[in-house]
Amino acid sequence: MNFEFSEDVTAMRDEVNRFLTNRLPTGAVRHQIESGAMLDRELWQELAAMGWLGASIPEAYGGAGLGHETLCMIAEELGRALPFVPVSSSIFLASLAIQDYGSDAQKQAYLPGLADGSRIGAFALAEGNGDPAPESAGTSFAAGRLTGKKHPVFDGAAADFAVVAARNADGGTGLYIADLAAPAILREPLATFDLGRPAAVITFTGAAASPLPLAGDWSAIARLLDQAAILFAFEAVGGAQAALAMALDYAKSRYAFGRPIAALQAIKHKLADIYVAIELARSNAYFGAWALQADGPERPAAAAAARLSANDAFFEAAKENIQVHGGMGFTWESDCHLYYRRAKQLAGNLGSARYWRNRLIGRLLAQNETEAA
Amino acid sequence: MDFSDTPDEAAFRAEARAFLSANAVRKSAQSRTYRSRAFTPEDVALSKAWQATKAAAGFAGFHWPKKYGGRDGTQMQAIIFAQEEENYLVPPGIFNQGVGMALPTIMSCGTPAQANRYARPALFGEEVWCQLFSEPAAGSDLAGLRTRATREGDDWLVNGQKVWTSNAHFSQFAMLIARSNPDVPKHQGLTFFILDMATPGVEVRRIKQISGTSNFCEVFLTDVRIPDSQRLGAIGDGWKVAMTMLANERHTVGQAEGPDFDDIFRLAKQLTLDGQPAVNDSAVREKLATWYCQSQGLKYIRLRMQTALSRGKTPGPEASIAKLVSASKLQDIAAFGVDLLGQAGAVMDPETAPYDAWFQHALLYAPGKRIAGGTDEILRNIIAERVLKMPPELRLDKDIPFNKIPAGLR
Repeated sequence: MNFEFSEDVTAMRDEVNRFLTNRLPTGAVRHQIESGAMLDRELWQELAAMGWLGASIPEAYGGAGLGHETLCMIAEELGRALPFVPVSSSIFLASLAIQDYGSDAQKQAYLPGLADGSRIGAFALAEGNGDPAPESAGTSFAAGRLTGKKHPVFDGAAADFAVVAARNADGGTGLYIADLAAPAILREPLATFDLGRPAAVITFTGAAASPLPLAGDWSAIARLLDQAAILFAFEAVGGAQAALAMALDYAKSRYAFGRPIAALQAIKHKLADIYVAIELARSNAYFGAWALQADGPERPAAAAAARLSANDAFFEAAKENIQVHGGMGFTWESDCHLYYRRAKQLAGNLGSARYWRNRLIGRLLAQNETEAA
Repeated sequence: MDFSDTPDEAAFRAEARAFLSANAVRKSAQSRTYRSRAFTPEDVALSKAWQATKAAAGFAGFHWPKKYGGRDGTQMQAIIFAQEEENYLVPPGIFNQGVGMALPTIMSCGTPAQANRYARPALFGEEVWCQLFSEPAAGSDLAGLRTRATREGDDWLVNGQKVWTSNAHFSQFAMLIARSNPDVPKHQGLTFFILDMATPGVEVRRIKQISGTSNFCEVFLTDVRIPDSQRLGAIGDGWKVAMTMLANERHTVGQAEGPDFDDIFRLAKQLTLDGQPAVNDSAVREKLATWYCQSQGLKYIRLRMQTALSRGKTPGPEASIAKLVSASKLQDIAAFGVDLLGQAGAVMDPETAPYDAWFQHALLYAPGKRIAGGTDEILRNIIAERVLKMPPELRLDKDIPFNKIPAGLR
């Protein structure tokens, strides 16, 4: 029995942790998002130079070829430190889509740039409110051209290209790569409450795009969402852990009624419950990491369980971190809000809890029928 | 990550399977029983015989030293055997308190003569043990116990009342903690004893629980005479002995038994709401997804703990998490199972209520699971203090003599 990450993988996590802790002292992320930039480009290049952006990209395409478990650990640390960089859009979504569904030429063309940070990818699925669904794509692809409007596209303004979900001539849904500097593409910024994850509206009016040949139908997109959900779950676990650590630090140093508020049972029990929620989420995420690597029939349910429990734990930790900080937590400078915002951004990106609960229960029902048959 | 056994573990698992298939009947879908009931005398006799069979074959006392009949093995072996035994129809286990807790404590805190006298009969199922710990006025605050032990020559005279004692009505021996000195602060005045339950003055009464069943007893001790040779550890060291014993308890992960995700999922597939399977209802799905996430999370927490054990490390606070989460989950699942049945939810007739009225029974015993073996509140304190390093609770009685501590009516 070995249900822990290998020493190599945890050593990588520690290294990322040390780097980000030193690189981003308190307030650094806040100052970045106040700057009006689309990302912290300097940090982005540093992450690329460390080889972390390309951690799970095969060596043949300019990556480090370390596998998905390493990427999970990196995701957890990014969730903890909240750096203002588009890793989730560029690596967890765009890169994985190309790695799994792209032609060799597409991989040659895009993956080395994603790994070395010279190119940023975005993932354009949503078209306004609602959850991912096969029939939801109003955007269409015909004769090499995309037409339609995608929003929100997270990191869409910073991206060089986007992987776009669109309906093809047969009425199925496929994935298409579009270079965003090309003609017939209009990008407009879209205000969101997570200032570290800026979004855009992208309008395609007959823009050139090339299909990812192996993304034949909706199931390819659903599968990509499962993979990303596991990585996003690690982000949420890291964020939840950071919010809990903040709340603990504050509660131990803040005195009221003659003792630290951490001595009050109302605070102790609140934070004990959050710790428990995080440990359950972490354990589900660990199984998710195994399922991400193994690519077997367990993956959809593992992804849904990891995502649902991580998002719940993260929001609980983020909102109670503000509560434990009292009035101080409600200030801009406290940074508590950064986790509060990110928790809800993560909970909606890739679809609502309702979508993932339906995917989970639907999957379990299908498994049951298979076993009964 | 790798879910398979190490070569040593795999070899042991094969050994365990061979033993079980030769000595017990494998469970089938039909052999499932739902109801939790009190042990009958037949259950006790069958349990003793099964324990003897296991001990003779070396499948009991896994981490006991060989000189006491144990295996000198690992915690992982105990876990693997339990996993395999789970697949067979075997009598209920009534030996955890003796083999798992009392005897390891006697081995580390008692005299060699005591360990020699009690080890083998416990291991072979000849003698059953119980714990005389909790009292009507000492539950979570165990150190506030009031049962008095007074020295009389070579004996101790014990008077008091113990409660929530599992198995007391068929136990031969008990681990007893009593107050030997009320003039010192509460943790300092306690002493531990080995009590022969057949001693005059020991009276056992069954407790009728809210479910109507009787799994527990109360034990009245009136002028019970215990020879000093039956004292366990030094006079006044009772709290230390109790902590040793509870540390042994923490090795066994406390997961509340009863209907779990698979069971409520099955019920939701079978029942109809508004002309559709209940499992299609989004309110039902929300609950199901939550319990799935909890059950899976606990399963993988257990695997993380086993990984630590498998590598020879001491597991952390996972047992507290499992107990805290699973008890409330059980209560919620039971309550929701009853809700799903609508107007017939309260029906307990095993002929009509699904799964022999399992959800209804669980609803009635679930409250006890959130209290026994550490209340939800104490577990949250443990997690907050030991894991999150938050300050301990204020203890107003810590440094004053026991007999000066204010006491309420209950």
